[in-house]
Amino acid sequence: MVVVAQIGLVVLVLALAHRPLGEYMARVFTSPRHLAVERAGYRVMRVDPDAEQRWSTYLMSLLGFSLAGVLLLYGLARLQDVLPMSLGASPFDPAGAWNTAVSFVTNTNWQSYSGEVAAGHLLQMTGLAVQNFVSAAVGLAVAVALVRGFARSGTDGRVGNFWADLVRGSVRVLLPLAFVAAVALVAGGVIQNFHAHTEITTLAGQTQHVLGGPVASQEAIKELGTNGGGFFNANSAHPYENPAPWTNVLEVVLLLLVPFSLPRTFGVMVGDRRQGWAVLATMGTLWAGAVALLTWAETAGPGLAPLAAGGAMEGKETRFGLAASALFAASTTGTSTGAVDAAHDSLTAPGGGVAIVNMLLGEVAPGGVGTGLYGMLVLAVVAVFLAGLMVGRTPEYLGKKIGRQEITLVALSVLTMPAIVLVGTAVAVATPEGRAGILNAGPHGLSEVLYAFTSAANNNGSAFAGLTVATPFYNTLLGLAMLAGRFVPIALVLALAGRLASQRSTPASAGTLPTHGPLFVGLLVSVTLVVVGLTFVPVLSLGPVVESLS
Amino acid sequence: MTSTLAPRPVGTVAVSFTRQALAGLRVLLVLTVLLGIVYPLAVFGVGQVLFRWQASGSLVAADGSQVTSPSAAVGSLLVGQQFAGEQWFHPRPSAAGDGYDTLASSGSNLGPNNPDLVSAIEARRAQVAAEEGVDPALVPPDALTASASGLDPDISPAYARLQVARVARERGLPQDEVAALVERTVVGRDLGILGEPRVDVLALNLALSTMGS
Repeated sequence: MVVVAQIGLVVLVLALAHRPLGEYMARVFTSPRHLAVERAGYRVMRVDPDAEQRWSTYLMSLLGFSLAGVLLLYGLARLQDVLPMSLGASPFDPAGAWNTAVSFVTNTNWQSYSGEVAAGHLLQMTGLAVQNFVSAAVGLAVAVALVRGFARSGTDGRVGNFWADLVRGSVRVLLPLAFVAAVALVAGGVIQNFHAHTEITTLAGQTQHVLGGPVASQEAIKELGTNGGGFFNANSAHPYENPAPWTNVLEVVLLLLVPFSLPRTFGVMVGDRRQGWAVLATMGTLWAGAVALLTWAETAGPGLAPLAAGGAMEGKETRFGLAASALFAASTTGTSTGAVDAAHDSLTAPGGGVAIVNMLLGEVAPGGVGTGLYGMLVLAVVAVFLAGLMVGRTPEYLGKKIGRQEITLVALSVLTMPAIVLVGTAVAVATPEGRAGILNAGPHGLSEVLYAFTSAANNNGSAFAGLTVATPFYNTLLGLAMLAGRFVPIALVLALAGRLASQRSTPASAGTLPTHGPLFVGLLVSVTLVVVGLTFVPVLSLGPVVESLS
Repeated sequence: MTSTLAPRPVGTVAVSFTRQALAGLRVLLVLTVLLGIVYPLAVFGVGQVLFRWQASGSLVAADGSQVTSPSAAVGSLLVGQQFAGEQWFHPRPSAAGDGYDTLASSGSNLGPNNPDLVSAIEARRAQVAAEEGVDPALVPPDALTASASGLDPDISPAYARLQVARVARERGLPQDEVAALVERTVVGRDLGILGEPRVDVLALNLALSTMGS
């Protein structure tokens, strides 16, 4: 009962918030007017926020911005010992700096370092936290560009202005929400100071360090931007990141808030709110399924260790317990966030399996900020295409014909992530360097490697943290997986947006498949599950499934 | 440039990309000032005015009073610390360094069927049961497992109650007074529905040490 009430509270808050936030975002991304502070910013940046960009220019701006992000972050990490507020932390080694820079720029926030000793306040604040904002804003920009592709008719592939979308997403959407959330988190006990880590004598006479840092400001955007990179190694399980059950639920709400509001934005921008409802219903169904399964798995507690202890409390915090940890785990893997309030490596075998499958869905339940919406719209095109094949008509979605070129772009986009996950996992388990990192033997060891590549390719960032990844092998390979998993689909989605924007809309006819009813929601849920099922059944069988059954 | 998918000459692309990357760098630097400096300082400022104690780490001194300077503190009510002696309430097992090392927050990351974890749990069950002089079946799960952070400040009310008899005996205090102290320290679920009931070990031991004096 209490378990259901806790989930119910999250659903209630999201139900109340998604419409106003979704409509606000639609206004933000369609308004012709700039704020005064934005106009001043554009003058300093020397960019033209009013030039409509074709999809290829939009992509070029996005890639240029991301490259600058990687280089700046790499530099900050490599030079942090000579910069102020380093707290005596050493510079990152080249492989670690590369991995971290790529990780934060791609909104993955995979961490092969331990924040409390490896990263000083300056790197956290001006490097990592800034990418938490802007990488989320980049995802938002791509989603908005794709929606414009559907909404516009007969342009020459113009999908908006990347700089304006980036700045508005950061300044008008993420910043105000993050500020309010950060202050609430401080009230709950998340620290926000610039202390160095100070040694003290505890009540029982032992030594311990009191940690300092601008944590709350980073924690808020870490969840809101579906980033997930912890200020500390233990991430949202750390009491200074997530001190109470109510901050835990606040963090769950934050990481679901923008992804669940974007379907409304989509509905408003394409001029048919019912289309947004269908996407929302699909995302909600998948999320609810994952929450239910994970909650069942953790509270039932199958496995030798949970049985021996009388409950699956290994790797869980007392203040959260089983149910709140399961709710967080399902939400963080469903949103590409990757923050954790429990050790995922110690989840029960079916619970860990659900977490992996949730990511393998391609982060669409409800997915990351922006990435979830464009991922789901790509799957919607697949669903429409399949339905079109069944009845022998040219498929169309929102008045746009899905021809050979469109479906090619969509198919490549859908296939990118599985290819990275399966090839990466195969390479890692086939090489001694890859196998050396495994902590738990047997099928759970395969799950550790599979989880790592799934997390990287889907830009999630959570881990079965027993795997030792702070090695040149994993730092390099997972860095490549994160890059390809982020930018290949973005390029394909923007190309699709360009093609759609240049098409003229065809009015719906009697033969058009309605894409807003329960039938379409069912079709879209099935397509999402079947694509994953067909691709990953073999490797899932060898990992989590065999462990669950043994 | 008529078709949206027509490739452009490589040279043009390289020049255009360099220009975009430089623009990207300028945009990033401006956003860094706003999001990386102004924003965290604003949160810091509000925190200092409204929630100074929380922003500084929820620190307490030996007499239980709230302090904001780390050097005056014996710990944070939010961060678990090691209590090994018989006269203290014990926290959960910890995988952070040698136990409750805040510079090494971590769980054990041992999987649900890991044989090392299973034998560690069995050994802890026997040890806790012997220490508290109770039936091994009565030891609750949180006493046998390491938390995700290794810094869990809390234990379950069940584990706190289990330790009352030993602590009262070691401190020469009446058992019902210590039991009453535990009940006063139990915090219920937030809003009645969120998380789990819990007992903050440092708060409990602080109250205990002032009670003894």
